[in-house]
Amino acid sequence: MDIVVLMKFVPDLVEDLEIDGSTGLLERSFLRLIPNELDEHALEEALLLKDRCGGVVSVLTLDFGDVDEALFTALAKGADRAIKLTGEGFDQGPSNQRIAGAFSRALGDLRFDLILTGTQAVDDLDGFVGGLVADRLELPYVGYVTKVTPADGELIVHKEYPGGLNAEIEVTRPAVLGIQAAEKPPRYVVTSKVMEAMKTRKIEEIALGEVATELEVPVAAMALPESGSHAQMIEGDAQQVAEKIVTLLRERGIVA
Amino acid sequence: MSVATSYEFLDKVIRATPDGKQIRKCLQCGACSGVCPYGFAMDYPPRSLIAALRADDWHGVLESDTIWLCVSCFACASVCPSRIPLTRGLLATLKTEMLVGGSIPAELQAALGNSRRYGNALGESPKKRADWAKDFTVPVPVMATHKEPVEVLWFVGDYGSYHPRVQQVTRALAKVLYVLDVDFGILGPEENSDGDTQAFTGEWGLFELLARKNITAMNKYTFREILTADPHAYNALKHEYPRLGFVRPVKHHTQYLVEHFDRIRPLLQNRGPQRVTYHDPCYLGRANDNNIYDEPRQLLRAIPGLEFVEMSHNRALSICCGGGGGGMWLDGFSWEKAHTRTTEWRIKEALAVGADVLAVACPYETPRFEDAVKSTGNEGKLAVKDVVELLAESMFG
Repeated sequence: MDIVVLMKFVPDLVEDLEIDGSTGLLERSFLRLIPNELDEHALEEALLLKDRCGGVVSVLTLDFGDVDEALFTALAKGADRAIKLTGEGFDQGPSNQRIAGAFSRALGDLRFDLILTGTQAVDDLDGFVGGLVADRLELPYVGYVTKVTPADGELIVHKEYPGGLNAEIEVTRPAVLGIQAAEKPPRYVVTSKVMEAMKTRKIEEIALGEVATELEVPVAAMALPESGSHAQMIEGDAQQVAEKIVTLLRERGIVA
Repeated sequence: MSVATSYEFLDKVIRATPDGKQIRKCLQCGACSGVCPYGFAMDYPPRSLIAALRADDWHGVLESDTIWLCVSCFACASVCPSRIPLTRGLLATLKTEMLVGGSIPAELQAALGNSRRYGNALGESPKKRADWAKDFTVPVPVMATHKEPVEVLWFVGDYGSYHPRVQQVTRALAKVLYVLDVDFGILGPEENSDGDTQAFTGEWGLFELLARKNITAMNKYTFREILTADPHAYNALKHEYPRLGFVRPVKHHTQYLVEHFDRIRPLLQNRGPQRVTYHDPCYLGRANDNNIYDEPRQLLRAIPGLEFVEMSHNRALSICCGGGGGGMWLDGFSWEKAHTRTTEWRIKEALAVGADVLAVACPYETPRFEDAVKSTGNEGKLAVKDVVELLAESMFG
């Protein structure tokens, strides 16, 4: 089963984020980019599936910036191909619509039975990449997936719902799946293997030029979260606390 | 890259380790396994491991995960009558095989991943590495902006830079250096983890990556010697960095301060009586025969009002705090396997000799022993302080 993993890079929240005063957008010059955590789970799920059923695992990403090391790491972990899509503005924090447009265009020329990606990312402002790609390629999509099992030309996928509810869904292939968590934590690959991959493996590049999207959601401004007024601690024994809560609820018109 | 049989593995140990061929001389005496703090909980403590390898039970060795209990404390290597490099050779090489095979506890994976991505095991922002010195009472020059040669390049290390408790030790040392008018500078954001502990988890590739970054940074500047409060950094800079072509004099802060003893002594004041015992860090003492045992004791004994007492395990017999070899990042795993912590044994020893203060000299130890004081229900009965903190208290109150 040939699998393509879509990998998006997101700002690393270990660093303080800053807003560029002139554009009202994220200041990008000092931004550290890291692979979206759930995309790393998607890669792990793909590698586990490869272990079970064979096939080719290709990792596809955009030239968001400093992506090569992560691609070599993916190759060292066991991916067969690493493909970087180059195009205009890809390093300027493209919207998910644009990212999905780029992925979809490249996927038109690739052979695959399954597309895996993280179900969401910290910087999703306009939908999720998986769903947007599935829509463009007219493929079925299931998100919040925690397990994938191939069966008779189909796939059985486990999907998580809020409240501890789980579903088992039959999906026809090819399909796009948004991975919530791989069956195992993403594997660690020793540094020497990554270094070896840097010396012996190649990152393929596909030039896409300009990727237009019909649906671009304009971002008017971004702001860092502001801390609101502090919580009010209600002191006293249970009886006193209960009375104060009732008084507060009455004052605010929540109960009569 | 990975080996397929016991014999291939033994061959790798012999080729990759200085004095590795000594492993052929194992007498099966078992001194190593007896002295190992976690030997009781390991499927293959060092003696059994060598026996299993000689019997070509490679599968059995790889099936067990208790090698991750090894805290690389050099207890086994220091008692081996055949002088087999057990810690750096046999045990660290087996850890490498485990890593290559993908058998790695999740907590350790996080620390190694952080080290690779951020240059520190704590996963903190590299840009904030010198933030401990911000708005501090004492000026701490960062080499990139200092633009001048210094006498002493201070290698602060991960925990000294980022860990809130260990930052207090770092600041105490900064104050002492300032009062002694030492011409020093730090690398700040250019500094990476020394890589020593990562190496002893078997991740030698990561060690080399980190070491090369540090070497590149240090080679940009002019200095006479390196100072560090971290025995792991001391050990790496002294014994491992030279293998990568970087040979510079390095001193642990207790060594450096003893050299300035004549100037320190008049500054020490009696701030009241205290009974102090000292825990020897593995990487100052046993590891690679570093043998720094007397300097910390000399400093402590000079503090007026301080009564020094020894614990039963001292000097080369010191019990590891459990932080080495990746133990710092394997607390959950080790507890699950062994249901005990070496730090807790140590706290009981310190209390048994009536100490008010357990003095230490390694950044892993202050937080680890403070936790153990609490987990043994002895909060308030024993303080844990770095030697330089005790000196600073005596100097500045």
